[in-house]
Order: sequence, then C-alpha cells, then structure tokens
Amino acid sequence: MSAFASHDSATKQSAGNAITAEDIAGSGGKASEPVAQYALRLGDDSLMLAQRLGWWISRAPELEEDIALGNIALDMVGHARFLLTYAGSAWGKSEDDLAYFRDEEEFRSVRLVEQENGDFGQTIARQLLFSFYQYELYSALQSSQDQTLAAIADKAVKEVEYHQDHAAQWILRLGLGTDESKRRIQEGLYYMWPYLDELFADEPLHDELEGIAVRPSTLRENTMKRIEALLAEAELEVPKVTQARLSDAPRDGEYSEYRGYILAEMQSLARKHPGAKW
Amino acid sequence: MTEQTTSTENSVDQQHFDTLIADDSRIEPRDWMPEAYRKTLTRQVSQHAHSEIIGMQPEANWITRAPSLKRKAILMAKVQDEAGHGLYLYSAAETLGTPREVLNEQLLSGKAKYSSIFNYPARTWADMGAIGWLVDGAAICNQVPLCRASYGPYGRAMVRICKEESFHQRQGWEILYELSHGSKEQKQMAQDAVNRTYGPALQMFGPPDADSPNSQQSMEWNIKRFSNDELRQRFVDMIVPQAEALGLTLPDADLKWNEERGHYDYGQLDWDEFMSVIKGSGPCNVQRMQRRRKAHDDGAWVREAAEAYAKRQMQAAAEAAESANDNEEVSIVAGRASAELIGA
Ligand SMILES: [Fe+2]
Ligand SMILES: [Fe+2]
Repeated sequence: MSAFASHDSATKQSAGNAITAEDIAGSGGKASEPVAQYALRLGDDSLMLAQRLGWWISRAPELEEDIALGNIALDMVGHARFLLTYAGSAWGKSEDDLAYFRDEEEFRSVRLVEQENGDFGQTIARQLLFSFYQYELYSALQSSQDQTLAAIADKAVKEVEYHQDHAAQWILRLGLGTDESKRRIQEGLYYMWPYLDELFADEPLHDELEGIAVRPSTLRENTMKRIEALLAEAELEVPKVTQARLSDAPRDGEYSEYRGYILAEMQSLARKHPGAKW
Repeated sequence: MTEQTTSTENSVDQQHFDTLIADDSRIEPRDWMPEAYRKTLTRQVSQHAHSEIIGMQPEANWITRAPSLKRKAILMAKVQDEAGHGLYLYSAAETLGTPREVLNEQLLSGKAKYSSIFNYPARTWADMGAIGWLVDGAAICNQVPLCRASYGPYGRAMVRICKEESFHQRQGWEILYELSHGSKEQKQMAQDAVNRTYGPALQMFGPPDADSPNSQQSMEWNIKRFSNDELRQRFVDMIVPQAEALGLTLPDADLKWNEERGHYDYGQLDWDEFMSVIKGSGPCNVQRMQRRRKAHDDGAWVREAAEAYAKRQMQAAAEAAESANDNEEVSIVAGRASAELIGA
C-alpha cells in the first residue's frame, strides 16, 4: 500500500496508513516459527479473498460497487502483504515468494474465502460472514503481545469496519428489497454457511501462541450474535445447514477444489519468469 | 435544459453567454447556454465517461495475474480510479440535463462511442505498462487543457482526474522500466507492447485537423484549446525522451527531431485502420460491449433491490414523522438512507 499512500485518490475510502509491507520487511523483526505459521493463515485468507473480490472490478452491478468491492479487495491485498512479509521473515522469504511460489497444499486459507463469487448475493453472503469474523479477529489481535501483529491489526481493523458496514448495508437492501433479491441473498447464505465452523476452529498452533494469537473459538459468540441480529433485521433466515466436516488440523489439510484454479491463475505469470523483478 | 430556452437566439441570454465566452469565464449549469453547446458538451463528456468505463476492461483482465502483490495492489487501485473518473464525468454530464441512466443506455445500445484504443487486446503484462505510459499519457495531454474548459463542472472534473492520470502514467512507465531492465524475455515483452500501442495511442487525439470538422466550433466555445494535431505533437515530443530513458524504441521509422520546427517529426498513421476499428472491426469491440452489457444485466436485480429498499426506508421515515410529529430528526434519517444508496 505504501506505493499509493501519498496518492490522493478520490476513490480510496479506507482509513489508515500507519505501516507498510516495506516497513515490516525493513524492520528486521523476525517472526518465530509459530508466529509465522499464524501470520501465514491470516495472510492467506486475505490473499484468497482479494483474488476473488478483484474479479468484480469492471463487472459490478453499479460503478459505485466496482469502487466499493475494489476498495475491499485492495485492503485485502494490503493485509496479505503485511502478513506474508512478516511470516516470510522467519524463513528468509518475501511476500511474493510466499504468494507465488508455494503450491496448493502449502496454503493455509479457510475454505470460505476460496468459494466462488457466484452472483452478487453469493459474494455479499461471503462478505458478511468473513468481514464480521475478521472484525472480531482484528479487534482482539490489537492487544497481541506480538508488536508487529498488533500493529497490523490496528491498521486492518479500521478498514474491516468499513467492509463490515458495506456487507451489512447490502444484507439489508437485498433482504428487504425485492422478492428476487431476498431469494438470491438467502441462497447465497445457504451456500456459504457450511464453512463457518472452520473460521472458529482452534488448532494445536494456538496453544503455542498464548497471548500472541487470537484463539478462533473465542470469536464465535460475538460474531454470530451480530450476524444473527442483522439477519433478523433483514428478515432473512439463519440457514439450517450442516457444517462442512473438519479434520483435526483444518487449515493444514482441508481446502476447497477451487484453490488450485485460483493459484493457477494468480501464479501463472510469476512462475513463467522465476527470479524476475516486476 | 428545457425547450423554452432554445428559441432565444440573439436574446439577452445569448449575449450573456457570448460575453462569458469572450471573457474566458466559466459557464455554470444554472446559466443559459445554446442548445448546440449543451449537445456538444453532453456528447463529449459522456463519451469521455464511457471511455473511462470501457477502459477498465483491458486492465482488469490482469488484476488476478499481476506478477507481484505490489503490482496487483497498484493495478487494482488504478482500475478503480478509472471507475471513479467515469463517475465524476457522468455527474458532470448530468448537470447538462441528461440522466446517467440515459447516457448509460446510449453506451449499451452502441449509439454512443468510446475511445477506440480500448478495442485492442491487453495480451501481456507489458500492456499494463504500455497502457499506463502511452494511453494515460495521451489522456493527460488531451485533458490538461480541458481543465480550463468553459463548462465549469467539466473543467473541475478534469482537474481531479488529471492528478490521478499523471500518477497512472508514472506507474505505467515504471512497469516498462522494470521490464526493459529485466530478462531478455521481459524486455521483448515490453517492446512488443509498445509497438502495438504506439499508433493507436497517437490516434487517441482524433483525426488530423483537416478531417476534424467539429473542432473549430469547440475551440470557439473554449471547450477545446488546442487542435488534434497540436496535442498529438505535444504527446510525441513528450514520449520520445521517455522512450529513450526506457531503452525502448518507438515503431516509427520517420520519427526524428526537426531542428527548424523545434519538434519531432513523425510518420503517417493508419487512419483506415482507425476508422474501421471505430466502425466495429477492432479485435475486441464485440467483447468489450458484451462484457459491459452483461455486467449491467446481471446487476439489474441488485439495483432494483436497492431502489425498493430506499423507497421503503423513505416511507417508513415519513410514517414515523407523521406519528411522532418529530419532523426534524426523521427527515435526517430519510436523507441518510438515500445518501447511503448513492454512496455505496
Ligand atoms: Fe481515467
Ligand atoms: Fe488513468
């Protein structure tokens, strides 16, 4: 993000430019192995979602939405850059080494963010679940004992607050708008709902990071309380669907069949020119 | 904006308009203006807006494949800026009396034109460099004088847009700089993109002056400040040293410094190709229009929902106002509901 921190773009809505990926790279702060693994998880979530949301730019229902979804995608790339830069410090790797030169099974994203965009309703359903979760996550992570993670969370939470607001506004409009919009957003919610459990699944890794990482299970109550209240206001049902199965170490083993396609596209050019500068 | 003002040639209104133009002052939406001035501007400003919107497509094509995260972020921000430019320009056009929906319909039906350069494909990553450097570069040369256009809202929109365009141009140049200083394949990629983009970029200024019948009137109205050929010359003079700094060549055997004129001479452009692409036979005309129509059609239910919701909010607010007899507070709520719809 630093590249346009000074850029007075009229379309950039999100606040905050306290730190940059370059700051993290240049700080010499080295993440420990478990902290790096944790940062990788959060960074991969943001990166996958950025890939998905970026698709909407030039395809959204209104120009205002090209801009709004573009803003969210841009914030997600920003978060991914911070987090992957920090994770990479443990292994002498750059953000781009991690984004472009890892294989499918080495990514640690949750299945929710890998799901297809579908129609606008399906995308908004995913935004609702993920932004509400991520807001709770970064709010809690602000008090991490790891200074870098706390600083990243501090910047990110302000942006995610806007993403959350964007999702909530659309849930209300679609839920209370027309019969068709109600049907579509309800369908989108059904489609995304099975991947909720994974957001709140603790892993052995979190035991090693007491006071540093946020234990995902602790985020569940607040996140769901607020999501369910919003759905009630929008006169939408809380989907009654079974949750997708989780293994013991969800992020290590479970991933969607979309991940391969996302990476094939994202990494194609970089891998054709290994070692190249861009 | 309305019909009754059209028949007042030579009236006080016309004199006032003529004086404003003669003084190089600004015409504002509330001022009377001749219908032909309104029509010319509406066409120009809306076509400019359409170009921003269609122009998003070739670059959006590379967002998912950008070869580094930094470049991905810069490209996303750029394409998003172009959407913003489209919005400012539609707003400026609306002040002339044609609603955005109507202008959009003109684009979707193929009645309105957009800049023909966007009918060429962005095949490689280097096109992101060539588009930024040459297409945004040409846009700047064209638009800087438009900041002084006689129509106030257009000129002011241009001021905001030009700031961002110069940023885009620099980023495009940087992409090409990295490529031309990279591997053999990268340099080749950069040269190829420049070769393909150079001619169409020079044609962005429109046909040669001799074949541009509408230009004269636009200049008399202080909309246009320089002729097509004058602007094209400025652009050529600007990019030749920039190409040298990149270590890339421009695909024009006749390009050379003319000491006498103090400008670079450049070769004949292929105006037959230009005309045929405008008429629809460019490599991507059909694809660009189809993608825009699809986005519009696929989004119809979303826009309808937003409209229905806004109406519902207004009604609820109005009912609350009646029963609570608390007009002030509730009208603020209603106002906010509609403002949110616009600002989504
Ligand atoms: Fe633009
Ligand atoms: Fe631009």
